Amino acid sequence: MQPLESWGRYPPARQAAVSVHWRSDPLPRVHGTLLPFGQGRSYGDCCLNEGGTLLATSRLDRFIEFDPEQGVLRCEAGVRLGDILAFAVPRGFFLPVVPGTRFVSVGGAIANDIHGKNHFRAGTFGRHVRRLELLRSTGERAVCSPAANAELFAATVAGLGLTGLVTWAELQLRPVKGPFIEAETVPFRGLDEFFALDADSSERFEYTVAWIDPRPGDVRGLYFRGDHSERAGKPPSLRDPAALPLDLPDFAVSGPTVAAFNALYYARGRLRTSRKQVHYPPFFFPLDAVGSWNRVYGKRGLLQFQCVVQDRAAVSALLERIVSSGLRSSLGVLKTFGDVPSPGMLSFPRPGATLALDFPNRGAQTFALLDALESIVRDAGGALYPAKDARMSPASFAAAYPRAAGFERHVDPAFSSSFWRRVRAA
Amino acid sequence: MRRVLVLGATSAIAQQVARLYADRGAELFLVARNEERLGAVADDLRVRGASVETAIADLDDPARHDELLARAAPLELVFLAHGVLGDARDTGGTAEAAEAVLRTDLLGPVSLLTRAAQRLEAQGSGCIAALSSVAGDRGRGSNLVYGAAKAGLTAFLSGLRNRLSGAGVRVVTVKPGFVDTPMTDHLPKNPLYASPERVARDVVRAIDTGADVVYTPWWWRFVMLAVRLIPERLFKRLSL
Repeated sequence: MQPLESWGRYPPARQAAVSVHWRSDPLPRVHGTLLPFGQGRSYGDCCLNEGGTLLATSRLDRFIEFDPEQGVLRCEAGVRLGDILAFAVPRGFFLPVVPGTRFVSVGGAIANDIHGKNHFRAGTFGRHVRRLELLRSTGERAVCSPAANAELFAATVAGLGLTGLVTWAELQLRPVKGPFIEAETVPFRGLDEFFALDADSSERFEYTVAWIDPRPGDVRGLYFRGDHSERAGKPPSLRDPAALPLDLPDFAVSGPTVAAFNALYYARGRLRTSRKQVHYPPFFFPLDAVGSWNRVYGKRGLLQFQCVVQDRAAVSALLERIVSSGLRSSLGVLKTFGDVPSPGMLSFPRPGATLALDFPNRGAQTFALLDALESIVRDAGGALYPAKDARMSPASFAAAYPRAAGFERHVDPAFSSSFWRRVRAA
Repeated sequence: MRRVLVLGATSAIAQQVARLYADRGAELFLVARNEERLGAVADDLRVRGASVETAIADLDDPARHDELLARAAPLELVFLAHGVLGDARDTGGTAEAAEAVLRTDLLGPVSLLTRAAQRLEAQGSGCIAALSSVAGDRGRGSNLVYGAAKAGLTAFLSGLRNRLSGAGVRVVTVKPGFVDTPMTDHLPKNPLYASPERVARDVVRAIDTGADVVYTPWWWRFVMLAVRLIPERLFKRLSL
């Protein structure tokens, strides 16, 4: 097996890796603890297991059953969401929730209970999982659903892979007419404008998200909103993109480079404000156009920050703190979560505004900023997203995830992760 | 090709080849040893659009070969993908282990393909494609028995192609380099490794375009040319 790393490439971790090729196989016998590893798209350490073993699931990529009447798909946990879309869109179906990349596995989408640009309508990914099979280290195979083994289901959804290996899942898809999105881009300045735009757009559009560029005294951004088009058409081909072949040097993501990129991106967005039909991949997955884009951040990697806070004042406090740090982010995202309940004990989405940014790893300077942001979030009663996190303290985790103690009873004793040991450290 | 017989259907490369044919709505007849695994592969291909029949068989047993080919008839494309790498040190050590590798990688395939060739020759059409390996291009100390079996298979396929060329039957020899499959799971990976998906695309393209011998990825042709050019006096002292 290749050495495995998380998408942020921070923290580095040493661990063994074993491929799982068949869902009927028992768990391998290894020294130390196990952790399932899908596509490695979690940014921090929730997909790492320092000193233990990763169960690589990329070969658990088979479909099992599809009901074209009801749009119900049963597949193995290593199937990537992009492969489901390539299969489902020509058959008139779409995933009810998609994240910002199609290169995540079904198992990873469940383990992090991911959300999309339609959270205020559809809730999280876990809400659309009808059933799943969990292989525990005892050898037991538990089929879990909101009705059967309901507690284990609620622990496994957003359970960060700690409750056992999900071998397969049954997903409820949603019908679509074709591969197109009716998309609009609206430039805005300032948070007030963002929230006004968001309140209006959530009424009228299924998908909403904003790209933001925090600058001194101001935040500017592009608000993207869209709906599935009624137009039928041939789906785009979904070949894997060419990957960035090398790690870029530090200046690739230095302040001036990022500022220039953001200015260009904003200017380009302002020129394209009309409503238009686009294929679904560029609307949902713009970053997938370049494989391994994380290599832009060089060998030391990047740190993601994603939080949810209810208070608008906290959003502006976070943005001000980021601006004053002098670090710039080119991939700032702001959107709002609705009040659809999340199914997992450790689900991240909850009502409020969610802000995500990534920062190059500049050591102490980056860590200091993240610590400051974390304390703003904690004071505001918000939460950080485990899938993006490499730094949060046990206290922040406990405050944001009050059901962690109940969850812990469902953790398989043979499973653990770097993240789990970090946030549960005494 | 509308009908495809896949021998060794649970192999990683065979699964990917079968998916490409499933996308075209082909009729697949899958043969493998393990019932649970074959069931998982068959379900996947059915969902993807193929019509699928299966047979459980140990292809090392030539007594089953005629019956399997009869059940899979009429034959159109026969894709042979099963094989074992064997543990190099063990097979270097014991004659029994070496014999087992030869049985799976050479004797079984020769028996199957001889019988398949007779059927195809009689009907005057069809195609045989088989996975050999770059390892058959020159014997190396680290996998000499596997290399010998694949060298034998390559020569057999070349002879079969020669004999059937006038009979309307095509024979495609596929020589993959290192592929990231369960067969090589225990080995450390390097940039020379290709994915089974990539190899499968090359296999199907070779079958579509009428190629005779295909290296996959393509640059292995030149790597192996260079390897074959090394004088034996020098080669024998290399650690390969």
